[in-house]
Parts: sequence; structure tokens; C-alpha cells
Amino acid sequence: MEGFGSDFSVGGSSAGKVDTGAIMEQVKVQIAVANAQELLQRMTDKCFRKCIGKPGGSLDNSEQKCIAMCMDRYMDAWNTVSRAYNSRLQRERAKM
Amino acid sequence: MSDFDSNLDLAGTGASPAEAAELQRMLAVEQQKAQFTAQVHNFMDVCWDKCIDRPGNKLDSRTESCLVSCVDRFIDTTLSITNRFAQIVQKGAH
Repeated sequence: MEGFGSDFSVGGSSAGKVDTGAIMEQVKVQIAVANAQELLQRMTDKCFRKCIGKPGGSLDNSEQKCIAMCMDRYMDAWNTVSRAYNSRLQRERAKM
Repeated sequence: MSDFDSNLDLAGTGASPAEAAELQRMLAVEQQKAQFTAQVHNFMDVCWDKCIDRPGNKLDSRTESCLVSCVDRFIDTTLSITNRFAQIVQKGAH
């Protein structure tokens, strides 16, 4: 996850010519930020459900540990699911 | 994260038609990647609940194969329901 810069100037506007590379760079950064936000939000939702049974006065030690573990497993699972989906797409494409 | 404007108007920006086409093509690639990612997020919503009981020290092989099967069976279900629904619609049409 690189560059959370927020100063998205329009690519190459100064020269009055479009800089395709600069535009694509900005698009990619914006997509990466959106992906990170989505992941964070969904991971928080799932791990809160798994780890916080009855919300107490503070996040206790075991809850903290569970959250850390849950995050790591969520990202592992994400990669597994991504690979599984990708190979299914490849198999479907081979059928056509 | 769904659609970028698929008919990006670059008139007046000084872009040549070739540049516009090139940009269009690269945006389409990014859009496909974004759709893939969005779909993985959706699978995760279903398959995490189905396959993960208590998050442990690592994903064991049983959990891993559960996740893989979950993705494949979800896609099978989608195809199956789509086909049957199409049949129902066709029959009902006359």
C-alpha cells in the first residue's frame, strides 16, 4: 500500500497535454486507498463479531490478542479466497 | 467501486484519439481488477462465517480447503440459480 497522498492534481494539466501515465498512477493510488478502506472496514466488522463477546469496560488482553490473530487470519483467508476465485476464472475460461 | 465512465470525454484536454484510446484501455484493466477485488470481498463475507470458527495461530489445511470449496460452491450456486431462474422466466413468458 503505497502513497496515501491527497494532492491529486490533474495529470499534466500545466502543459495542456494529458499525461496518461500520471493519470493512471493517480487512478491506481485511489483504487489502492479504496481497497484498503474496504478491507479495514470488513475486517473490523468480522473480528469484532468473533472476538468481542460482551463489550466490557475496555478491550481486555485476550480480546486484543484475539483481534490481532483474527486480522492475520482474515488476510490469510483473503489471499486463499482470491487465489481460489482466480483459478476458477481460469478454469471457466479454458472451458470456453 | 463499480463503473468508471466508460465513455471518457477527453475532448479539449489535448489528448489525441490514440492517447484517449490507450487511457480507455488501461482504465478498463483497472476496472476489471477492481471488480475482481470487490467479488473477493463478497466471498469473504460468506466464507469467513462458514469456515472460520475461532481464529487460530495459522489457517489449517481444513480451513483452507473449506474456503476454496466455499468459493467454488458459491459460484456453482450462482450458475445453478441463474439457469433455473432463466428457465422459469422462459416458461412463464407464454
